[in-house]
Amino acid sequence: FEETKAQHSPFTSMAPVAPRSGDVIFASVERVNAELFTLTYGAIVRQLITDLEEVEEVNKQLDQMGYNIGIRLIDEFLAKSNVSRCVDFKETAEVIAKVGFKMFLGVTASVTNWDAEGTCCSLILEDNPLVDFVELPETCQGLYYCNILSGVVRGALEMVSMKTEVTWLRDMLRGDDAFELQVKLLKQVPEEYPYKDDE
Amino acid sequence: MGKEVSESCVESLLTEIVSSYGTRFYANKPELAARRIEAIGYQDAGYYYGLVLDRYTMERPRFSDHLEAIKFICKDFWSELFKKQIDNLKTNHRGTFVLQDNQFRWLSHMSIDPSPENSGSTQDPSAMAENKAAEAASMHLYFPCGIIRGALSNLGIPCAVSADISNLPACEFLSLSALN
Repeated sequence: FEETKAQHSPFTSMAPVAPRSGDVIFASVERVNAELFTLTYGAIVRQLITDLEEVEEVNKQLDQMGYNIGIRLIDEFLAKSNVSRCVDFKETAEVIAKVGFKMFLGVTASVTNWDAEGTCCSLILEDNPLVDFVELPETCQGLYYCNILSGVVRGALEMVSMKTEVTWLRDMLRGDDAFELQVKLLKQVPEEYPYKDDE
Repeated sequence: MGKEVSESCVESLLTEIVSSYGTRFYANKPELAARRIEAIGYQDAGYYYGLVLDRYTMERPRFSDHLEAIKFICKDFWSELFKKQIDNLKTNHRGTFVLQDNQFRWLSHMSIDPSPENSGSTQDPSAMAENKAAEAASMHLYFPCGIIRGALSNLGIPCAVSADISNLPACEFLSLSALN
């Protein structure tokens, strides 16, 4: 029988497998108390501040650490979510917000503020496990406490051939009313099929 | 059951601390890296411990002795962190305790990359690769050592904690404190 022409990777399975929802995946993975995560992250940030001293350097390292995590987490994400490679950036953003965040952080984000070209949007997090019980001291002006998260998103997207710029527009620890992460698509490298169709 | 996150979040953080401190910040100073990683664990325990203690000891007075405190670590505290208790506890009754976890969670889930990261040579003999793997594994243990040290410290027991992984997947945490 004829296989319908796959829009994405030629390696999608013959029988269509429905993508799993964020809730379903989260319920199926090993989970731990969010507090352990929050406090471990807090201890890491404090140590980085002590060791690196400059807030800008800490921001940079948090982003780098996030990137390193993101390029690995994407594998777990793709394996567990059955999401075939998204070609459309709009779809990608929704998947990150509803499936990605949910299966790891246990919370979903909302996607808003699309630009006209559909290459830039905001992910809004109302609930953010990284920051429970956290208050930034006066001495940490300029710290983007959640910068690890922007790195994770950037790293994960790079692994699916989307080069992005991810920045915090709003940060509740800095007095704003929400966490707003702007994701801007810079370049998308279309996936290259390793085999020719007629071979 | 309160808020949860996936376990891979925590493990990712730990793997990344080890990687950042071990190969980026203090690339050629493993002892310094180890101390920093242990310090993070120690601090973490300080905050986390307070939460766990509140949950378990609202009605209980402070632990009457050293052994009771260690037992709390082995049962309640370990269960909170690793969903299982310590499998075996040994003591010499003179301030030394050995906490044995037969399947230490953070080691069994981590893929410890045995390939040497920083050396330019592609011809490392397998023995050297094995050493690197062992070194990587022990780097991962400084954090839980710090956590145990922090927890015990919060219980009024200052001590030094080290780990022994000569019998993987079992992991032994050794706590040494002054006799009081």
